[in-house]
Amino acid sequence: MVTTVTAPGDADWQRLDPRMLAVTPLRQLAGFLPVIAVVLVTGIGQDIAGRVYSVAGGVLLVLLAGMLRWRTTRYRITSERVELRTGLVFRSTRSVARDRIRSVDVTAGPAHRLFQLSVVKVGTGERTDGRESRELTLDAISAAQADRVRQRLLDPLYAGPDRSGATVAPAATVLATLSWSWLRFAPLTVSSLVAVVAVGGAFGQLISDVGANAVDVGGVREKLTMTPLWMGIAAFAVLVLVIALAGSLSIFVEAWWGFTLVREVGGTLRIRRGLFTTRSVSLEERRLRGVEVVEPPLLRVGCGARTVAVATGLGGRRGHGRGTLLPPAPRNEAHRVSGAVLAEVPSPTGTTLHRHPLVALRRRLVRATVPVLAGSAALWLAPVPAWAAWAALGLLPVTVLLALDAYFNLGHALTSNYLVTRHGAGVRGTVALQRAGVIGWTVSQSFFQRRAGLVTVTATTAAGNGGYSVIDVETAEGLAVAERAVPGLLDPFVQHEVSGAAHTLGSTA
Amino acid sequence: MRLRPPRHRVSPRAIIWWSAQAALEVAVLLVPPVIGLVFWADARSWLIPGTAAVAIIGVAYLLVMPRWRFQVHRWETTDDAVYTSAGWISQQWRVAPMSRIQTVDTERGPLQQLFGLATVTVTTASAAGALRLAGLDRAVADDLVERLTETTQATPGDAT
Repeated sequence: MVTTVTAPGDADWQRLDPRMLAVTPLRQLAGFLPVIAVVLVTGIGQDIAGRVYSVAGGVLLVLLAGMLRWRTTRYRITSERVELRTGLVFRSTRSVARDRIRSVDVTAGPAHRLFQLSVVKVGTGERTDGRESRELTLDAISAAQADRVRQRLLDPLYAGPDRSGATVAPAATVLATLSWSWLRFAPLTVSSLVAVVAVGGAFGQLISDVGANAVDVGGVREKLTMTPLWMGIAAFAVLVLVIALAGSLSIFVEAWWGFTLVREVGGTLRIRRGLFTTRSVSLEERRLRGVEVVEPPLLRVGCGARTVAVATGLGGRRGHGRGTLLPPAPRNEAHRVSGAVLAEVPSPTGTTLHRHPLVALRRRLVRATVPVLAGSAALWLAPVPAWAAWAALGLLPVTVLLALDAYFNLGHALTSNYLVTRHGAGVRGTVALQRAGVIGWTVSQSFFQRRAGLVTVTATTAAGNGGYSVIDVETAEGLAVAERAVPGLLDPFVQHEVSGAAHTLGSTA
Repeated sequence: MRLRPPRHRVSPRAIIWWSAQAALEVAVLLVPPVIGLVFWADARSWLIPGTAAVAIIGVAYLLVMPRWRFQVHRWETTDDAVYTSAGWISQQWRVAPMSRIQTVDTERGPLQQLFGLATVTVTTASAAGALRLAGLDRAVADDLVERLTETTQATPGDAT
């Protein structure tokens, strides 16, 4: 049927697992199930036989496509590169140099797990603007083979293809495991919101599919008019709450079942988790530049936090979530795990931070009040009802609280190896960045900062966001921190003496 | 303690370039109100002061921004680092060590070509760390690019 792709010297090329012949069609057919049902019931063909034939034809096509894909896909791992060849008509060869490999992820959805298969994703973490990062995906190979591939790709000493297949699992230190008491944080994450939206969407879809008027199902309208309004609202609120609770709990359990974070010999951090879909994310420690402890507003209320790796090759913001090292957990645990990951005890993220000058608070309060006051004044003058202006004024307590929060969250410190900085209104982020990972400085000063004698000092780095800022720090203190954090980089450009020379630059305060 | 200004100013012709850019921006901003003035007689009572305000602010911007920028925009290279300052109302000072430089690009827009200027962009592995030296004299820019390329080629590693 198909000529196999064979060229001279192809001995190392391997096929994907033949069990994919079953998995791919199964997954695709599962996706088409509604269509198949519709065709069988309402039908394109005139009679039942015609409908069955058309469905059988479709199934056959899917099977053939799966077969074709399997026959034409080969991969190999050499001492220099990983290569993947695909396609019959449109041939493509994807090749990743081994020293460019930043991460190896192994995932297995329910269908894959049924056949003991895993998908291996080799990430290079290239910053390709707008486009998908150039990943190489092996979909799929046997779970055992996936584990061997993962170890080979992350082993810097690996020399060539190993056909024996006997690899011993590397020794590993466990840094963190799941504690079921962390379930209490699940409702405090966005997943509860996601659950409500998802259930609401599904319900709306169902109603519109059935073709019923949303309000008129089962004479609901009559019952609604008979019950008092507050009861209806309360029932609705309880329903939303229950959905949020159940949804967030199940999302948490599915995502974090069996979570372990280990350090493998050879310098790899590995996270394994997942109930139905198992995921394994491996991160080379030499790519690690620091750690961030993130505390979203709701989690902060419950004294919870997450720990996120600041590493190169996670693909910037688009790779968000890939660096997650810990599920929502108690704040102390988040700091402990940060320390364990960085091999620093106590964790730099838990360091006592220097408070920023009070002018920074004034700046935040001004920013919180002036726009609100101006807005409500404008509404007062505008031809709108007076309550609009009062409503706008009602925002004031919220913005002032956020301003206070933003100020008290500001902080920075230097430890022997890390620059620690914290900021955020509502969402609080504490970053510990390796001083050796700082690859430049940006000092910026707005007009009002200049008048207040403050600067924002940003350490640029190849990892994470690309830069981490110490915001609204006093000019001398900010420059001193930068100078001490990376000796020799900023020094030549800093004037230490207090000179009276007229000068448009620097602090004039 | 403060940052000292980098050693070199950009080309004085940069003032003309920034002025030309500002003039274009102000002109574009003035197009809709002027069209309104011509075709919409009823609105003249409030369009005239509005247009005048835009024009006055625009001219002030045109006069102040380029000169202010010229005072601020400066650059310097040492054996170990590139150091720039930029901005006007808000200002930035950036330092990138030679050993971390990944690419050095030159660009010349149509206006810059007209005035014999060039912009040199020095990028590091950081998504947030690019240094832009705008409004350099073309010859100076070419010389700088050559020097930086030589230096960075001599540095091993992937600069992360």
